[in-house]
Amino acid sequence: MQKRTLVPILYILFLLLPIYWLVAMSFKTTNEILSGFSLFPQTFTLENYTTIFTDPTWYWGYINSIIYVSINTVISVLVALPAAYAFSRYRFLGDKQLFFWLLTNRMAPAAVFALPFFQLYSAVGLFDTHLAVALAHCLFNIPLAVWILEGFMGGIPKELDETAFVDGYSFPRFFTTIFVPTIKAGVGVAAFFCFMFSWVELLLAKTLTAVAAKPIAATMTKTASSAGYELGLLAAAGTLTIIPGAIVIYFVRNYIAKGFAMGRV
Amino acid sequence: MKTVNHKGWFFVLPVLLLVAFNALIPMMTVVNYSVQETFGNNQFFWQGLDWFEQILRSDRFHAALGRQFLFTFLILIIEIPLGIAIALSMPRKGFWVPVCLVTMALPMLIPWNVVGAMWNIFTLPDIGLLGYFLNHTLGINYDMTQDPLAAWITIITMDVWHWTSLVVLLSYAGLVSIPDAYYQAAKIDGASNWSVFRHIQLPKMKTVLTIAILLRFMDSFNIYTEPFVLTGGGPGNSTTLLSIDLVKIALGQFDLGPAAAMSLIYFAITLLVSWLFYTLMTKDDLN
Repeated sequence: MQKRTLVPILYILFLLLPIYWLVAMSFKTTNEILSGFSLFPQTFTLENYTTIFTDPTWYWGYINSIIYVSINTVISVLVALPAAYAFSRYRFLGDKQLFFWLLTNRMAPAAVFALPFFQLYSAVGLFDTHLAVALAHCLFNIPLAVWILEGFMGGIPKELDETAFVDGYSFPRFFTTIFVPTIKAGVGVAAFFCFMFSWVELLLAKTLTAVAAKPIAATMTKTASSAGYELGLLAAAGTLTIIPGAIVIYFVRNYIAKGFAMGRV
Repeated sequence: MKTVNHKGWFFVLPVLLLVAFNALIPMMTVVNYSVQETFGNNQFFWQGLDWFEQILRSDRFHAALGRQFLFTFLILIIEIPLGIAIALSMPRKGFWVPVCLVTMALPMLIPWNVVGAMWNIFTLPDIGLLGYFLNHTLGINYDMTQDPLAAWITIITMDVWHWTSLVVLLSYAGLVSIPDAYYQAAKIDGASNWSVFRHIQLPKMKTVLTIAILLRFMDSFNIYTEPFVLTGGGPGNSTTLLSIDLVKIALGQFDLGPAAAMSLIYFAITLLVSWLFYTLMTKDDLN
């Protein structure tokens, strides 16, 4: 074994240790957790998971999160596709300024926007709906999707467009049947990053929901404080939040590194 | 070459409307609050720029801003070199590449408050894996709820755990784009590992590193959820970063005017520093 393979191995171990601890704790009873230190669960229990899967306030948290994350991903990618095409193919008045302005929205701290967002979405009657969170997350996901897609589209030669138009394709038909399938890897990467940033964000999601669309992450903070030290339950809920991300990343593993690299700053 | 076509605006319109709805209206609300005083009941009084002056002169803001810059500085100085080093030692092809990429991306996909809760559980002095190991196996007195230094080390370690992979993935993407011929040429010339890194790998990673530094700067400067869940800003105010302080003022004390003024100053600093980074790192390209 070479010395340089040791570095990634140590790093991955460092990454996995806290995750291991979370998973190990989710299989312990609350008594065992509080009574002292144990490296492995002594009395292996699935009780924490049964609680989550049978209590609607718990499992609806997951369903709510998945609903608004999916809506956000679809909206972000759909509106970003034509915009990214325009940025990569055309020069128009104010294009560079517009592109930079889009990116500045990733710099705004969510804490700055929490209260105004609450007022805005209450005023338009969307408070406590999935759509509200999905639209709010567009603030930082659309710029990111445009950035990534523009990078991928820049790698497609313009001749593709020109040949199609000479062959008599109308623009919408060319765009949907030729162009989008050509950059489907880019669409996958953009969708992945939208999914990721919407899934992990909590501050806005929590501010914009009360009961009907409450995300799992908010359910967790509430339970953690009201029920005292239900660490086992908290650990089980945390473990379950890792799974959707892990599934999605498995599908895009070959494109993930490329996604960022192809974007321009 | 791109063609000049102002119809491009039609393509951009949906994006423009959605982002403007989310960005401009709340921003105007913040600006509106920042120049007014309120005593509740929806009654507002003109205040001018007093709040801005008050924030810019307050010791509390200076302290939070200082902690924020220290935090972001430490994050960049640790994560960027570490990320590059790990990317350099990763395998370039074969079975282990997807395994490495997937495990490394895992921390980034965990909701931020779960990250905080997870590190809380991990570092509990008597029952957490790390806390127990430090206190009982190594005999170091470690309790981040008491000791500001321990709290700082913990939030830094947590962020390194959470985000170094982003730097790794980006640097790795830059590295795999280097053709083998470059390395062969360097080998023939008898170049050392260092000069291969300095003259081949680093220049090729420049674009992705610019993205990495910018993203890491923006996100660490705006960080809120993870340290809030982990330390709550304590012990005392020792880990109260800018966002945490802002939320305390806005939602805790409900001082909308000062909180709004602080938001705008905060946003202006983020924009200014990002612009500085961007200009410094891309100025060679322009010449």
